[in-house]
Amino acid sequence: MHEEIDYDQFLNQYRSDPFEYIDVKTSHTGRLRFKAAEGDAVEGITGEWNHIKGTLLYHLERERNVKPVHSMDNGVVASVDRALEGQFVEAGETVMTIRHPLKKKEIIERILRNVLSMFVAPERAKYFFALDLQSRIDKHGQRSISIKPGDEILTMSLMKRDTPVMFQGEPGIIHSVYFSPGETIDQGQPLIGICAEEKLPLIQKIIARVKLEWE
Amino acid sequence: MEHIRKRLAKCEEGIQYLSQIKEGSDWGNLSGLTNRLTGLKTSFYDYSEEHFTDEVSEIEEAVTFLTERCQEDISPMDRVRIVRSPLRFSLKDILENVYEDYTELGGEGEANIDPAMVVAKANILRRVKGRVFTQQVMVIGHEKGHGEEFRNGGSSKPWGNEKALRFMQVAETEGIPIHSYIFTPGAFPVEEYPGAAQQIARNLYAMAKLRVPIVSIISEGGSGGAEAIGLSDFRLMFSHGYYSVISPEGAAAIEGRVGEGVKAPKELVEQCAENLWITAKDNLELGTIDRIVDEPPLGAKHDDFVFFKRLRYEMMRATDEVVLKTKSLRAFRAYEVKLKNAGDDSATLENEVDNDLHIDISWELNVDERKRLVALRYKKYRAMATKAYITDTSRFGDFYKKASFRTAKIYYTVVYDILKRQQKQVEKVIKEVSGEGSSFVKRLTAPFTAAYDFIAHKPGGRGRAYSSNSGRQEAMALEFGDTYLSPLANEDRTVTCPNAVTRGCKDLWVPDLYGEFCGVCEICGHHFPLEYEWYLNNLFDRDSIREFNSKIASGNPLNHPVLRKKLQAVKNETKRKSAMITFQAQVMGVDLVVAMLYSDFRNGTVGAAEGEKFVQACELAKLQRKPLLAYVHTTGGIRIQEGTMGVIQMPKCTMAVRDYVDAGGLYIVVYDNNSYAGPVASFLGCSYYQFAIRSSRIGFAGHRVIRDTTGQDIPPDYHSARNALKRGHIHGIWDRREFRRNLHQALMTMGGRNLYYR
Repeated sequence: MHEEIDYDQFLNQYRSDPFEYIDVKTSHTGRLRFKAAEGDAVEGITGEWNHIKGTLLYHLERERNVKPVHSMDNGVVASVDRALEGQFVEAGETVMTIRHPLKKKEIIERILRNVLSMFVAPERAKYFFALDLQSRIDKHGQRSISIKPGDEILTMSLMKRDTPVMFQGEPGIIHSVYFSPGETIDQGQPLIGICAEEKLPLIQKIIARVKLEWE
Repeated sequence: MEHIRKRLAKCEEGIQYLSQIKEGSDWGNLSGLTNRLTGLKTSFYDYSEEHFTDEVSEIEEAVTFLTERCQEDISPMDRVRIVRSPLRFSLKDILENVYEDYTELGGEGEANIDPAMVVAKANILRRVKGRVFTQQVMVIGHEKGHGEEFRNGGSSKPWGNEKALRFMQVAETEGIPIHSYIFTPGAFPVEEYPGAAQQIARNLYAMAKLRVPIVSIISEGGSGGAEAIGLSDFRLMFSHGYYSVISPEGAAAIEGRVGEGVKAPKELVEQCAENLWITAKDNLELGTIDRIVDEPPLGAKHDDFVFFKRLRYEMMRATDEVVLKTKSLRAFRAYEVKLKNAGDDSATLENEVDNDLHIDISWELNVDERKRLVALRYKKYRAMATKAYITDTSRFGDFYKKASFRTAKIYYTVVYDILKRQQKQVEKVIKEVSGEGSSFVKRLTAPFTAAYDFIAHKPGGRGRAYSSNSGRQEAMALEFGDTYLSPLANEDRTVTCPNAVTRGCKDLWVPDLYGEFCGVCEICGHHFPLEYEWYLNNLFDRDSIREFNSKIASGNPLNHPVLRKKLQAVKNETKRKSAMITFQAQVMGVDLVVAMLYSDFRNGTVGAAEGEKFVQACELAKLQRKPLLAYVHTTGGIRIQEGTMGVIQMPKCTMAVRDYVDAGGLYIVVYDNNSYAGPVASFLGCSYYQFAIRSSRIGFAGHRVIRDTTGQDIPPDYHSARNALKRGHIHGIWDRREFRRNLHQALMTMGGRNLYYR
């Protein structure tokens, strides 16, 4: 029963409002001219190299330099502060809000970020599961492997030198793996997501539900 | 019945070919014919053989009639479609049928560094009075491959052109002629090493002085891709081929300002094909080719064996002519006589050619003949497109110019070749002697020198390493903005640096930016474009610029319907007559000749006038033994409205550069803003010393063309100077504010003491 309530609460906030509200703030002072209206659909930055600009939101003019400001995310313009049209605004002022629809993946990511504890890369290097762990994963599957602090979980490979990486943090099971063997990972990037054993059924339920409900 | 089935298949092929050429089955009731043919095929066993024979004969007659009709009013665009048909012969067919045997070099089929470029060592047979002689040739050409996708439609990649160059050098080592076959819609536009533009430039530079006869023949000659193997002693063209500066579709997209992903209207494409003068007849008239090789009606296909026989004869005859021109005058005359006696000069395709050339001509050349060959090649290209620009010199003016050129030649020969050489000898002897007795002399003169310095109050003492240092000190005093302020600085407003988001640049106040900062962002160093006058005034020593050939004006050689008006407008606006300014100037006391392409005049595109001015600048620099600087403020490529008159500037100017450099010249290229296409793929890209001003872009084709042709998107900074530096296309990136100093340093380091480096 306790589980049911928790899980409903967790999902209800996304179910009732599956959006993120992004405030668009001015980067500097200037005279404002809106180029997008409430209800307009806007596109974010796209392209392989993030080189295609998003939809034009407003012009900010300072010292006769008209600067176009484009949307960073996709969504719909939820509100526009019309009182500021043609006015001189200060830096950091919220001029409009964009309602960004959360995708299934984004919701799951958010939930996991709240629930899982991340084990991050200590250095920029290539990572592999420790041989022992890898064989256990191959045999039983990753979600049935529990790890505790002090376990040798990974091998960090850097400049032909292999260093064992010990696990530190709350004990639990390996829920998610964010790297593929042999790929170079930057320092600070998450490698694996650890979840306390008792929480696992709940998380799995939530994810299954999200997958079912959101398209 | 089998032979009827074969005839039926042939008819079907003919109808398909016609509908390909005419783009659709509406023309000449082709759809009706197709239906009739399909009906016959489905009821093959329902009728008697006689009935079938009659039916097939009727269809055959109809196809022949339509072929003749199509040939009568064939349009330039029809020729483009003929050339692109998968039924047309390709290089492999030529290798199989024209040459006796061959071995493909540098890869085979799909296992090839570039399957679009085929290189083969081949043997060609010559029958003389019943006897057979074998001659070796290096065959180089594009392979379209009858629809084989991996061939890329004959679009050679940079490494394919590099392969071609490598085997041209093999041919040179072995002393065998090169036959190059051009079947390309254009070069594959990628910048990855060695780079499309830079490799074509290298090919042109090497071919300019390749010491073996080169005969080329064009089927599909698409601009830079064609030039990469097209520079030759004898240029042939197939009667149904096309040779153009740009594909008609590309020209239509530019002229009609068609957006990306949208097809240009068919009529506009047809019109552009007309305006570009792309056919063999047009090119013969323009003088860009030497002879046309006739094809059967609507072009030869892969199984036209009579045509291959003729092609073999034409290639041999062309090679013979090239070889004989290098021989003594008597031999050439003898050849002419023999040709007349043979009487097969006027052989047409219908009268099957006699392969017997009646005389045995060795294609091996001795040292003198090779020299003559290269000289003749230079002369041939130098004379091209000389009527495609406007000069207002009178007969007297012409005579005066020639006379003054000759006088100058004598003067500079005396000064540099005779006196300087003597002087060098004397200097060498003095140096030796002084080296021996230097300590003795120093000891003797030291008290006097010290006394003199004390009286004259010279802190540094006497003697300087380089006389040009005096120029440097004087020049240092010249501050930016002393002489010239950009009109861009007259606006009271601020601008945002394009790197503001990534580098956190502050907004720049325009009078500061274009005045004190020389158009450079003070935070990230981004260079905002500046007008060419800024460079004229701030790069060279004060009052040192002396322009020449300013009267050579861009014309409209192909009577392009829009160009004349546009040219007039830009001439009025810029008060100049072409996109190239050539002048003599000084940089920190160093004399040099400068050729400058600038953006205001048709985006710095190169046509016949610009090419001629560049060639004359090379000649002047060679004559006066001065370094040559090509400063590219902007170039958008070859001026497409001048058609092949523009394209031919690529080899022409490259040959002039090669001639200048071989004579001992120092040629430096500096790119600024945008430098793309033809000029970079020829006379600019061939320079040993190339530099770029920061924030400039250098490349072969722009983003859109790359996306259209390769189907792949490229990063936004693909053409940046930094990437060009990484790829080894340029040797350094200069700050605009340091341009003058860097240029002087480059002249001193690359040029050495004499500044004309050998």
